[in-house]
Amino acid sequence: MSTSKTEPGLSAEYVRYRGGLRRRRLLVLAIQVALVVLVLALWEWLPRAHLVNPLLTSYPSALWPTFVDLLVNGHLLAHTGATMVEALVGFVLSMAIGIGVASALWWSETVYRVLDPFLVVANAMPKIALVPIFYIWLGPRSSIYGIAIAIAVFSTIIMIYAGFRGIDPNKIKLARTFGASRRQVLAKVVLPGSVPTLIAALKMTAGLVLVGVVVGEFQSADAGLGYLIVNGSQMFKMNVVMTSVTLLAVLSCLIYLAVHFIEKALARRYV
Amino acid sequence: MLAAAGAGEGARAAIELEAVGLRYFTPDAEIEAVSGISLQVQAGEFVSLIGPSGCGKSSLLSLIAGIQAPTAGRILIDGREVTGPNPRVGYMLQQDYLFEWRSILDNCLLGAEIQGLPLGEARERALHLLSQCGLGEFARRYPRELSGGMRQRAALVRTLVTAPDVVLLDEPFSALDAQTRLAISDDIVDILKRERKTIVLVTHDIGEAISMTDRVVVLGRRPGHIKSEHRIHFAAGTGRPTPLQARAMPEFNAYFQALWKELDVHVED
Repeated sequence: MSTSKTEPGLSAEYVRYRGGLRRRRLLVLAIQVALVVLVLALWEWLPRAHLVNPLLTSYPSALWPTFVDLLVNGHLLAHTGATMVEALVGFVLSMAIGIGVASALWWSETVYRVLDPFLVVANAMPKIALVPIFYIWLGPRSSIYGIAIAIAVFSTIIMIYAGFRGIDPNKIKLARTFGASRRQVLAKVVLPGSVPTLIAALKMTAGLVLVGVVVGEFQSADAGLGYLIVNGSQMFKMNVVMTSVTLLAVLSCLIYLAVHFIEKALARRYV
Repeated sequence: MLAAAGAGEGARAAIELEAVGLRYFTPDAEIEAVSGISLQVQAGEFVSLIGPSGCGKSSLLSLIAGIQAPTAGRILIDGREVTGPNPRVGYMLQQDYLFEWRSILDNCLLGAEIQGLPLGEARERALHLLSQCGLGEFARRYPRELSGGMRQRAALVRTLVTAPDVVLLDEPFSALDAQTRLAISDDIVDILKRERKTIVLVTHDIGEAISMTDRVVVLGRRPGHIKSEHRIHFAAGTGRPTPLQARAMPEFNAYFQALWKELDVHVED
């Protein structure tokens, strides 16, 4: 368990084996970096060489001035911030509703049986069709949250509930031998035992909510990256569109890193 | 808790089963698991139930533990009818079912948390019991860091932390390999005897039943019923031999032959 690198007793074969592991890790990382560089280089070179129309694709070096201009004159920070806040609020609400409804389904078999077909249909339903309705019902601001939650929450509920059902019934029996109430079983066995599922749900929900937020902004917002994208494309300002899309990619990376961090912090106890 | 304290010296519990029956219902069938079981276990006695699979021996433990209600007859612990899970009864399952997200110590405190016992005292008791089981240094470790035998001992500590007077053991060694099993049964019998518990062990291992318990109750199948009872007595030495010693005694083989015939083991499809 506690072998350190400086330990003198390591055999030559073992040192070689570990060197091999390290080399493979570095190789994978190098290829990943190279892929990103390659895509950026092609994106820069193809439009400049007029092999593709730069009006349609723009190119990275042209984005920088746009980025700076938007930052200084176009409230880019405010737009990015708006999208981030919407995504965060939508995410927290979706997870809270997901855990709450999944708990209710777990609590009562009857509630589950009643709601199951509706959940399946609601999950399959293309929620994007609801965007105009939400706009009319909820207004320009709230409809963004509405659509973000509508897109994410059903999958979240179904996934978390499946995790709850997957808890070993003998662990529940064990708690019951100590006289645990249903609430105690939920709090001490089912919820903590579902942490791996909750992390998986976290990842999925974060992605779906971001989709919902951007779609919601397409329809209704006067702020946010989705708004910038629609607005930019209507005026054929591809630089603005591409800058916004790049920022969304950066935002996705940040979410990935955040979830990864949470996962690592918790996973140590769930092997 | 007050009632238990009031019982004083007689705190060791006796178990009585009066014509107990249990039927399961499924949409397509009704299954009679056990029927007409009458059995008394004295305070401080160590009784084993053996029988083929499907004889309802585990169901009987669930009934005594109060996590299932009998469909006929009644069960009494110290004269009081069992109507639900009872803090005086501890139940050790076939596997340890330690929660992987809790440290060994926190696992051992599960029952105390659920029953709302003072956690400071429970923690002290758990640490004391863990060190008695040779797990003192592992209190802060996580279940995956322990071997199967250590995990099962931790499960025993978890059962004992709530200080039950009755301990039910449901094939608690069946998940362990043969050597570990012998070593652990010695340890566990030793601790349970020292704690002066009333114990019911369910097993399908004849040797385990003879070497560990005072009385062996043989159950027959479908519906589960009592076929016979055998009081186990070893003449040699002072007091009861440990399970490992018991296996080397002449009486062991005699009991083994008798119980083997009684169980009427034959290979079935």
